[in-house]
Amino acid sequence: MVRYIANKFFYMLVSLFILISATFFLMKAIPGDPFTSEKKVPPAIKERLYEQYGLDKPVYQQYLKYLGDIAQGNFGISMKRANQDVSEIIGQTFSSSLKLGLVAIVVAVVVGVLLGMLAALYHRKLMDNVAMVLAVLGIAVPSFVVATMLQYVFASKLHWLPTTGFNGPLYYFLPVAALTAQPIAFIARLTRSSMLEVLHADYIKTAKAKGLGWMAILFRHVIRNGIMPVITYLGPMTANIVTGSVVIEQLFGIGGIGKQFVEVISNRDYPIIMGITIFYGILLMFARFITDIAYVLVDPRIKLNKGKEG
Amino acid sequence: MKKNKSLLLLLTLVLALSTLLAACGSNDKGASNGGKNNTPAENGNSGEDGLAADQTLRINLSAEPPTFDPALAEDSQANTVLKTMYEGLVRVDDEGQPLPGTAETWDVDGVKYTFHLRKDAVWSNGDPVTAHDFVFAWERVLSPETMPAPTYAYQLYYLKNAQKYNEGEISDFSQVGVRAADDYTLEVELEAPTPYFLGLTSFYTYYPVHQSVKGDEKWALDASKMIVNGPFTLTNWTKGQTIEVTKNDKYWDKDNIKLNKITMSLVNSSASELASYKNNELDRAGHPHGEIPTDQIPILEKDLKDELKIKGIASTYYYQFNTTEKPFDNFKIRKAFAMAIDRQILVDKVALGGQIPAFGFVPPGIKGINDEYRVENKDDYFAENIEEAKKLLEEGMQEEGYTKLPDITLLYNSNDAHKKFALAVADMWKQNLGVDVQTQNQEWAVFLENRQNLNYQVARAGWSADYNDPMTFLDMWTSNSPHNDVGFKNEEYDKLIAEAKATEDNEKRNENFKKAEEIFVKETMAILPLYYYTNVGLEKPWLKGVSLDFSGAIDYTRAYITEERK
Repeated sequence: MVRYIANKFFYMLVSLFILISATFFLMKAIPGDPFTSEKKVPPAIKERLYEQYGLDKPVYQQYLKYLGDIAQGNFGISMKRANQDVSEIIGQTFSSSLKLGLVAIVVAVVVGVLLGMLAALYHRKLMDNVAMVLAVLGIAVPSFVVATMLQYVFASKLHWLPTTGFNGPLYYFLPVAALTAQPIAFIARLTRSSMLEVLHADYIKTAKAKGLGWMAILFRHVIRNGIMPVITYLGPMTANIVTGSVVIEQLFGIGGIGKQFVEVISNRDYPIIMGITIFYGILLMFARFITDIAYVLVDPRIKLNKGKEG
Repeated sequence: MKKNKSLLLLLTLVLALSTLLAACGSNDKGASNGGKNNTPAENGNSGEDGLAADQTLRINLSAEPPTFDPALAEDSQANTVLKTMYEGLVRVDDEGQPLPGTAETWDVDGVKYTFHLRKDAVWSNGDPVTAHDFVFAWERVLSPETMPAPTYAYQLYYLKNAQKYNEGEISDFSQVGVRAADDYTLEVELEAPTPYFLGLTSFYTYYPVHQSVKGDEKWALDASKMIVNGPFTLTNWTKGQTIEVTKNDKYWDKDNIKLNKITMSLVNSSASELASYKNNELDRAGHPHGEIPTDQIPILEKDLKDELKIKGIASTYYYQFNTTEKPFDNFKIRKAFAMAIDRQILVDKVALGGQIPAFGFVPPGIKGINDEYRVENKDDYFAENIEEAKKLLEEGMQEEGYTKLPDITLLYNSNDAHKKFALAVADMWKQNLGVDVQTQNQEWAVFLENRQNLNYQVARAGWSADYNDPMTFLDMWTSNSPHNDVGFKNEEYDKLIAEAKATEDNEKRNENFKKAEEIFVKETMAILPLYYYTNVGLEKPWLKGVSLDFSGAIDYTRAYITEERK
């Protein structure tokens, strides 16, 4: 197990290094810089800005310096927002995305699994059809359409909920609903198909034959096995949701990290672009990592060392 | 029917979610970032002159100001907020007339200005606002040591020796044309006569700054650290989400300030902004600090006619020709293209914001001698005429020896409105001249770089006023101007502008501006004017006293809310 983790960890570092390097050079290759603007900055002032931010040096020197800085945990300061620390900006915006994201994950899993289970248990009955129609809709309708529709119905027409902002519990309803429509649908379908499979498995028949109660079968066997694919999906989904949805954050005016990322790229705010990329990279890799570990813990069929030989 | 059904299903889903969320919500107290939007005002305005008891104004900024340091600000959102927090030497009213601000009176003697500051003006911490604060602030803007270098330092280049000091040619700030004669007298000397200088002192780069900021790089990022001299102080800035300013009781003119608070959301979506406005979460939406979806304007003109405010502003939307590149190196071809489109139709059907068709470059709203420059000098430099245009195009092609025009691409920056407009214009060229023009969009910074490097044939552009004078539109086309990205070079033009810069004689200046514009548009057609911009905003009937200046900058400081708002 320790060797397995160390191995994974090493590959994570390598991937991170490649990610950093590729992003750095690609970012520098895009035309324009943080000080490109329609009302041109006078050359003398622009030169001084380049000097102050080290942009006057050759790209490889900037790269080496950047590597040195992040090795010491220094992500630098924004070039567009005078004197703001990159790590501070990431911290602040990520906290909004995280708060929204965590609520969304819980909702997505609970509702998704519930819908999926109902659909499986009432296979080919009305309940199943309703749940699956909902699921198809959730997958098919893009989140910005859902978001705009929710705003229109619940804010503009009914005046029940605020349209935008993120200032209290009430503000969670619409963005969470818009954010979870897709994952709920996905989880519901996953749960349904794997539960159906499990329900027809031999060991369930055995359990029934042994005279085990329906509830016991459901909880001890069906759910535990039926939920496996959801766990696989959980890692990427978590990473996806907590890194912030650009569209949702923009439509609802939530100061999250997704909204931030788009802005800094169009501003060419180099240090923040790098900072958020690295942050995303680590988060995604970590989510994968946890998923792998969780798999091992839940499914006894996966054996670390022997698995590879076979 | 089918649509209804899916809507119903979606609603069911949402309802299911809502129930669940309600359960989750209780664990989430930490998430409420000061949900105190509806705290009633406490300054006893209720009942007085039909004012609402709660004098909280709610607006949206479509972009978050990167900083509230007046020396470093450079966007219209920052302008909107800074105007509430700071006060310069003068304030400017709707008509562009200077009103006393921090300076009570002033004397002008050619290039020498003496400002007499009011003695009752204090900072929000109680310190008096003195002439030294202005000297400190202006030195800070111009000093080569300031980190990061203020990009708008050139707004102060009107001061004697300011440019030299900023570029490091001289290192002694006392040689720059600003001096505190005593605590309440500020003496300013300019490089050359500048008739619009008084108006400039109301611009944020000229604001005073409290001297405690020295050595503190982060002062303008933290609501608790900002010491200001304007009608409002910054009381909350949750990055990416909310900005809030609250009435400053130390402000000298506080009796005329009725708003108690201004809360600003930071939503970068015109659709959401409109929805919030309709849901009564905003008292004002749209320009200059927000956005309303363009395609909604015709609907709003019917539904919310009384709340829709459209006002011309001093900005011009135009296409520019690369006059060094085929085929637009030929005057007749350029002119043919300019004459072959119907601007009124473009404005009515595509741009939709009540814009004014443009046939010149200096927009309405800019001061002339007695009236607006555009009123005194009509923009009749050319007229739309398809037959004439066809003839010109033929002549131009003959001059160049074309049997067929080279491929032409119209370049614009990625944006829905620009795209629609470009397609409509290209279509008119096709219909009226029989010319095929490709349209291509590029991301903003890429686009700018290509345009600035003359790497285009015909490209979209827009220009807004920096100050209220035709100079802000005309000095950008001199041969050595960094903003001249059309390859236009004309000695007489350069001379006319140089003369206008050196004289105080208004008649002479106006004469030169008129001639220069004629050379640039009528005789050269280096650009293809399309329309003069408008500010499109929605304003609730209960919001009064909002002031929009010639450039479209908005001043909320004297606004108030009437009882109509429940």
